Amino acid sequence: MSATPTTEPDAGRDRGRMALEAFSRSWLFVFLLLLLAFFWLSTPSGTFLTSANLSQIALSTSEVVLLAIGETFVIVTAGIDLSIGGILFFAAVCGGKVMLELSGTNAQVTAGVYPHATRAVLLGIVVALAAGTFWGAINGALITRMRLPPFIVTLGTYGMTFGFGDLLSGGTYLGAPVPTSFSHNFGQGKGLGIYYPIWLALVVLIVAHVFFRYARFGRYTSAIGSNDEASRRAGIAVDRHIVKVYTLAGFLAGMAGVLDLAIYTNTTSVSHLTDNLNAISAVVLGGTSLFGGVGTVLLSAVGAFIPTVLTNGLVIKNVQPFWQEVAVGATIIFAVYLDQLRRRRGGEGR
Amino acid sequence: MTATATTPAASTSVIPTLEVRGMSKSFGSVQALIDVDFEVRDGEVMALVGDNGAGKSTLIKCIAGIHPADSGEIFFDGEPVTIHGPKDAVSLGIEVVYQDLALCDNLDVVQNMYLGREAHDQFQRLKEPVMEAKTAEVMKGLAVTTIKSIRQTVATLSGGQRQSVAVARAVLWNSRVVILDEPTAALGVAQTRQVLDLVARLAEQGLAVVLISHNLHDIFEVATRITVLRLGRSIAVYEREKTTQQEVVEAITAGTTSKVPGMARIAPEELT
Ligand SMILES: Nc1ncnc2c1ncn2[C@@H]1O[C@H](COP(=O)(O)OP(=O)(O)OP(=O)(O)O)[C@@H](O)[C@H]1O
Ligand SMILES: [Mg+2]
Repeated sequence: MSATPTTEPDAGRDRGRMALEAFSRSWLFVFLLLLLAFFWLSTPSGTFLTSANLSQIALSTSEVVLLAIGETFVIVTAGIDLSIGGILFFAAVCGGKVMLELSGTNAQVTAGVYPHATRAVLLGIVVALAAGTFWGAINGALITRMRLPPFIVTLGTYGMTFGFGDLLSGGTYLGAPVPTSFSHNFGQGKGLGIYYPIWLALVVLIVAHVFFRYARFGRYTSAIGSNDEASRRAGIAVDRHIVKVYTLAGFLAGMAGVLDLAIYTNTTSVSHLTDNLNAISAVVLGGTSLFGGVGTVLLSAVGAFIPTVLTNGLVIKNVQPFWQEVAVGATIIFAVYLDQLRRRRGGEGR
Repeated sequence: MTATATTPAASTSVIPTLEVRGMSKSFGSVQALIDVDFEVRDGEVMALVGDNGAGKSTLIKCIAGIHPADSGEIFFDGEPVTIHGPKDAVSLGIEVVYQDLALCDNLDVVQNMYLGREAHDQFQRLKEPVMEAKTAEVMKGLAVTTIKSIRQTVATLSGGQRQSVAVARAVLWNSRVVILDEPTAALGVAQTRQVLDLVARLAEQGLAVVLISHNLHDIFEVATRITVLRLGRSIAVYEREKTTQQEVVEAITAGTTSKVPGMARIAPEELT
């Protein structure tokens, strides 16, 4: 068939679609810049846009970045992980408990003395990572073996991880802060002027990006999210890959739990109730489609700044920070609407 | 090999590239295949025809290792083989282009061509330039010229172009047997033309080609032989040059069976 008669309407539609594409790709940055500008202009000078405050924002974003990386892989498989906030908390409690148990006697620890801090911290880190990995693997196994929807499985493990975590911690903070040297040397420590947790998040981000973009792991993740049956027929071990992806998300949540202990020296469930919301919004704000198949790890990390910038700015403005949750909730809906719009436009080409 | 496979005399003396003997398969109470015999040889296009639900797709899925057959034997180049999964079929050189295509819409043409078999180095790094060059080469070899860029996502392609990608993927791997399940079902006249030419070209290149179609006109144009399935049984094999469309239609519907109540079947789109 000759292409000539169809070029006219196609060109118009293409232009519309390209504009939509361009907008949906760049609006996140525009939004973030507007947000920064807004807080800069509406707060007393020398409070918001200072290097100390921006470092603080980046530091508190590092956990969300780790969660969002794992969540990106999950969402690109057309799944969802609602449990990573709970896994983070559970892993932090387990790791923190081990650190407290091993670093000294009860009396020593409550007095702020940690005779065996190094050994205790290292083992605590291992335990936290293992705990996160374990729950991630549980998610993956339940989803693939029992053919349950990811939404339900991870909602269930969300409840279980928070429940078990609170059982272990007694529902409040751990009895004492974890060895302060951990925070001093790592969580609140800096290398080349940047907090170590930010370095860690950055390294993980780059590695994840490379594997997502340039290795088979990422290719299979997109393929499965795009068409799992086609992937199966192409010889990809779909179930095994899905287990790997959820396990990765759990492992990264465990790592975020370690950062939680390192930065804040303690942990409690209430401070992690909105982690899922923040991580998932970071991912969808970054343009990853909830329908699976398409996504970008790097942009999820950019999206991760939205919730923390909001919280930070609102606190400085002396506005109730709960508005952050409202705003993030609203933007998540907007971002998904945008994605749907794009899909509908894109779908016309078929 | 069999450059002259179109002449029946030459082909009868040849060992079939792929042969199925006595294959049966049931889904619960549905007997999809009953004691089916089937074969295809190098350089020929074997058409597989039958009414909706006759078992055509099921037969090829059993051959491709998607479904385990309940019983039956498969021979490749005369040797008995076992096919337990898609990988086994692929390693024998059997490639299937499914009725529902099975392409990943969000991936581009190159990514789809190499799906599951990506070229990579020892660091797991994908060799994009290699895959891109080979894709371009295969597309050129098959005279697929309408696709503007092999880096556009498959979602943006027309039906005929998608079909071409699926076929090209099947021949990328030095395959011996290419099976096409209703490749022209959703296509317009010009795009059907493209795909039929492509099918003929595959056979010319010496591949054993299996073509499933409901369109007898298309089949009589490109097929060498025709196998008829009816209600899960293989009931006849015709040589294209020695039969007529009339005869094949009668074999498909068995003349009188269409009058039997209960023969009206599920809408075609429910069957894959
Ligand atoms: N996965 C399955 N589960 C249960 N029954 C199935 C399955 N696949 C096929 N069948 C049944 O097996 C029979 C043969 O189906 P099949 O898809 O092989 O027919 P077909 O010849 O390809 O038909 P069409 O021309 O409509 O594609 C039908 O009765 C169908 O309902
Ligand atoms: Mg079929």
